[in-house]
Amino acid sequence: MLHEWLYLGIFLTVALAIPAAALIIAGILAPKKPNPIKNSTYECGMETVGVSWVQFKVQYYIYGLVFLVFDVEAVLLYPWAVAYNKVPLYGVLEAVLFVLILASGLIYVWRKGALEWV
Amino acid sequence: MNFLYDPIPFIINWLNSLMLSWGWPVDVVQVVMFVLGALLICVGAMLFTTLLIWAERKIGGRFQDRLGPNRVGPWGIFQTIADMLKIFTKEYITPAGVDKIPFNLAPVLAVAAVLSIWAVIPFSETFSGVNINIALLYIIAIGGLGEMAIILAGFGSNNKYALLGAFRAVAQLISYEVPMVIVLLIPVMFTGSMGLNDIVQAQKIPFIVLAPVACLIFFISSIAENGRAPFDLIEADSELVAGFNIEYSGLKFGMFFVADFLHAFTSAIIFTTIFLGGWQGPGVATHPILGGFYLLAKTLIVYFAMLAIRFTLPRFRIDQMMALNWKILTPLSLVTLLVTAVVDKSIPRELMAVRIGALLVANILIWLVADRLFTVYSRRHTRLVVSGPRPLARPDLKSSKEERASL
Amino acid sequence: MTPMQILFLITGVVILFSAVMAVSARKMIHSALWFVLALLGVAVVFAMLEASFFAVVQVLIYVGAIAILIIFGVMLTRRALEDNGKHINRATITTTVIVIFVFAGLIYSLRLWVPLLATTTPLSSDHLDVGSLGLAFTDPRQFSLPFEITSVLLLAALIGAIYIAYERKDEKK
Repeated sequence: MLHEWLYLGIFLTVALAIPAAALIIAGILAPKKPNPIKNSTYECGMETVGVSWVQFKVQYYIYGLVFLVFDVEAVLLYPWAVAYNKVPLYGVLEAVLFVLILASGLIYVWRKGALEWV
Repeated sequence: MNFLYDPIPFIINWLNSLMLSWGWPVDVVQVVMFVLGALLICVGAMLFTTLLIWAERKIGGRFQDRLGPNRVGPWGIFQTIADMLKIFTKEYITPAGVDKIPFNLAPVLAVAAVLSIWAVIPFSETFSGVNINIALLYIIAIGGLGEMAIILAGFGSNNKYALLGAFRAVAQLISYEVPMVIVLLIPVMFTGSMGLNDIVQAQKIPFIVLAPVACLIFFISSIAENGRAPFDLIEADSELVAGFNIEYSGLKFGMFFVADFLHAFTSAIIFTTIFLGGWQGPGVATHPILGGFYLLAKTLIVYFAMLAIRFTLPRFRIDQMMALNWKILTPLSLVTLLVTAVVDKSIPRELMAVRIGALLVANILIWLVADRLFTVYSRRHTRLVVSGPRPLARPDLKSSKEERASL
Repeated sequence: MTPMQILFLITGVVILFSAVMAVSARKMIHSALWFVLALLGVAVVFAMLEASFFAVVQVLIYVGAIAILIIFGVMLTRRALEDNGKHINRATITTTVIVIFVFAGLIYSLRLWVPLLATTTPLSSDHLDVGSLGLAFTDPRQFSLPFEITSVLLLAALIGAIYIAYERKDEKK
């Protein structure tokens, strides 16, 4: 078990190191001739107007919330799915109830109109 | 002969015994082997990407009635290598006012998030990454790091379009994660494990037969997770210039590019592994090396299907994309999960043919009902493209027409 | 020291440092990013304890969902990318002193608490199996009721959050 995590840890390190190394090598190879015009923000090609910060609408937050709830739900169901072959029929029905309770939440959000992208 | 049938464990054993014979301690040998394996897989995947970029440009060219790259080498096959050489010597332009650490971390993280998935993929029966018992959740969790990379790029760039693009991208990615996570419960239910090699081993009959609707939902949401057409709102150039990576140049942009192509191929591999039986095929029991070829062949077919979709379909509008996810795919995946769970439990495992038949019928029924409901719903909720009368280029024509009509 | 202990110390230092930075960073979005690093560190600790499921869930839920939700929340505010000035006011020193005293008191009183001193036994391999957790979730004699109540809790959270977020949006109009 620990060996597997050791491999994953090493793999993650290597996966981070390879692109980082490539970027550093390219940084050494590449020419460096900055000037103020070149270094100005490109944005959309025109001169930049205003601050780079935009206030986002609440819609993003709502989608994030619904996503979070369903993510937690699915994660709680994964142990059940692993044990699926061993659980009796009422165990499956319990999971069905679990999902249905949350599905009613989805219906509420839908009726409320919070799923519309406006 | 063993070497020919199953070369990779053979090489691993040989290297292991070689290093042990040098008198290195067992733990050190283990770590060195892990580092070598990780390096081999990562570099292999990155090099394979250069080939993929060429193939995608060539096939895309054919789809759109063009030639595609055809100058550098036979069939233009060295085009990507030439591009790589060019991009390696390009200057990094760091725009004024960027947040240095997030700005530079983002491209690295974007590639690393995709490469890390390769740690758990089983390439053949005897050669897999780790068969860790939570591999499926690991793949989804690593996707979260990719989202972090996009956020870092978006806000590090000091650019409102990049920020908008990044947040739209993240909204899309997290939304399509929901049906994906729910639908992946079904293969786990059939297998009783989250390890990818266990899932492949359980697929004497590929899961696409047992759960076709789940398979379709997973396919759609994995295209959306890639951010490819028809879900390429991330780089909607008419609205957002180029999405979250506008301010990047040189190899830093190249890293996002590589991550994009690698991600598409990786999700084709994952799809193959979970629903098409991975390395399963005739003759793998005696010749494990064949499994690698089966995996590659199946993956390339899936990848080609993704390319065909990419080069054929137009882009969704953002509200259509969100509606497709939250109003169709998510309820459909919940229903599929519940129906599959109940049907599969009510039929004993021994009656294989009955079980397959029942699951198939259930899936077809789900599909028909969903299709019917969708038709009814979309008829009732047709959104007007233009609310008022369209402006005319020559209003005088309209007025004369109206006069004529009134006469 | 074994390599494990060294790794644990490094992880601990990273977690504590990024937690402190999350509180003291000037820009709100930087705080959010330091918070993500702290969460990743906790995931590494879970992995070292061989709790694979929790390690992955930590990344999936906290980094993949909650951190992104927090960043979305930050972007809803007015001054996400700007420097918000000093974090220290006159009460800071008093608060620090009080916190140090309370913390020291807690340490002192917990120093002899038995469960804290007991060494844990390594888990057997069937405890590491995710499936036994799933069986416990559906067994009426174990966690069946809490499992269902979790669903109701999530539903309540969803409805409450949507209600609050949506009303606020109507007011703005």
